Amino acid sequence: MNIHNQRSEYGKALVELGEENPDIVVLEADLGRSTMSCMFEERFPGRYFEMGIAEQNMTSFAGGLALTGKIAFTNTFAVFAAGRAYDQIRQSIATAELNVKIAGSSSGLSDFGDGATHQAVDDVALMSAVPNMTVFTPCDGPEVRMAVRAAAAVEGPCYIRLSRNDVADVFPAGAQYRIGEPVVLREGEDVAVFTHGILAQEALKAALEAGREGISVSVIHVPTVKPLNENAVKALVSGKKGVVVCEECSIRGGLGMLVSYILRGSALPVECVAVMDVFGQSAGSHEELLACYGLDSAGILKKIMKIMQEA
Amino acid sequence: MLEEKMRQELNERARAIRENVVRMIGVGKAGHIGGSCSMAEITAVLYFYKMRHDPKNPRMRDRDRFILSKGHAALVQYAALMECGYFDKESSIRTLKCLGSSLQGHPDMRKLPGIEANTGSLGQGVSLASGMAAGLRLNGIDAKVYVAVGDGELAEGQIWEALLSAAKFRLDNLRVIIDRNGLQATGRTEERFPIGSIEEKLRAFGLETITADGHDVGALAAAFDRADEIKGKPTAIVADTVKGKGIPFAEGEAGYHNKALTQEQYEEALSALKKGGIA
Repeated sequence: MNIHNQRSEYGKALVELGEENPDIVVLEADLGRSTMSCMFEERFPGRYFEMGIAEQNMTSFAGGLALTGKIAFTNTFAVFAAGRAYDQIRQSIATAELNVKIAGSSSGLSDFGDGATHQAVDDVALMSAVPNMTVFTPCDGPEVRMAVRAAAAVEGPCYIRLSRNDVADVFPAGAQYRIGEPVVLREGEDVAVFTHGILAQEALKAALEAGREGISVSVIHVPTVKPLNENAVKALVSGKKGVVVCEECSIRGGLGMLVSYILRGSALPVECVAVMDVFGQSAGSHEELLACYGLDSAGILKKIMKIMQEA
Repeated sequence: MLEEKMRQELNERARAIRENVVRMIGVGKAGHIGGSCSMAEITAVLYFYKMRHDPKNPRMRDRDRFILSKGHAALVQYAALMECGYFDKESSIRTLKCLGSSLQGHPDMRKLPGIEANTGSLGQGVSLASGMAAGLRLNGIDAKVYVAVGDGELAEGQIWEALLSAAKFRLDNLRVIIDRNGLQATGRTEERFPIGSIEEKLRAFGLETITADGHDVGALAAAFDRADEIKGKPTAIVADTVKGKGIPFAEGEAGYHNKALTQEQYEEALSALKKGGIA
């Protein structure tokens, strides 16, 4: 199985886009060596704006660039991108539908050492709440490249959620990538597991484990939490005994609540694996944190078993 | 030096802009009359003397841009735009803040021609204008970006981030106008949240800084002309103004930051503005 890093794939994707389109510009808030926007800086210094540690100005400034026909990518950690600059995203960019792409790096709990202040558990809810926003949640390195390309093609604001650490490639080779359309990573009969971002890998492990117990689990990845094709979700759960939604972000305003809403009125039980309205903390590894908050394959398997026991 | 004919025209435009502001608010509808009237000469000089723009082609590629960072003063920009003919005055002047109207409470570029950015959350206009100035330079377009900020608005930290970046990128196509009317919503700026010497701060942040009488069209025109000669750094024009200027009962009164007029006040305001403008 191939392993890629979402951040370096992102950096490569920016450079590729930059080669093709002279209107691509990149802004950074002094984290370029971490977000990997430094790759663009090296190749296109004249289209790279080091904005200093000033995320609010960076975000509105990107809006100004967009107003002159540029496609502006802003870069910082997800927690600052969506939080520190929330009002700038809302007011300067989204109300005017400006063509700004906000890359949220080291999202979720992936910045494991830095603790609560650096772990974005609320970015998905914040960005989904903004009208006109498209929210990309790629599951692996190759998908990051497709997401960046798709975001550049959207006429309007986008948020791209990126993880810090290496992840296995799971996006099916040859599967079609389309905004709003769920992608089946694994077929199964009994339980449908929905996921976005890098929990796809954990969900697949859980499905494998469940298979050993004779339970057939499908795993469905959501490339964009917003928009999401509701009819596709309904079709994918048809005939199942229940649904598990897992995500590396707060239960409040995440995919779990959205899927529960989409399936309202149906008799299907929905279980959620998410960060249960708490902040993160420092730990020795990302895996340790996923286990601590029940977001790992064991936590997902537990919810699958719960569905089966109550079915 | 402005020719006398141009000076008279600009003063008449400023008068008409104030009249449009008062007519838009009408009777019984709250509106930011104070901070709009302090900017009548500034907008008159920009739209009728200084800026390259075309009301018939609002998206003209090489137009100069004006962003109202103090978006609550939308009335003065609407008044200037309708005076220029960006949209029909008589059919829109009574629709301010009505459901479905293009004259929103704060400027909305999606709804009204001539609006260059969405503002209203204070402190973001200088960033937007700076990004725009940088983008125009990348595009090889020789156009200026003007952005108006209130003196009370200078409390917003993002403005100072933006000024640092404008200096860093040597945005000499950017003009930051400070409407120093000395009043914010709840009282005198120097009492509510003292800002001290604006000129010293702006110079320390790397801007060429010019102070001008914000109600003297000749002084404003000279300041904007001088800014064109400054290379390698952005220019700030600190305009000393009077909040509510031209409306006798509102001049210098913080209470008219955002207020509805009675029938008597409405008539008094219009009749004061009919007397041939402000000398």
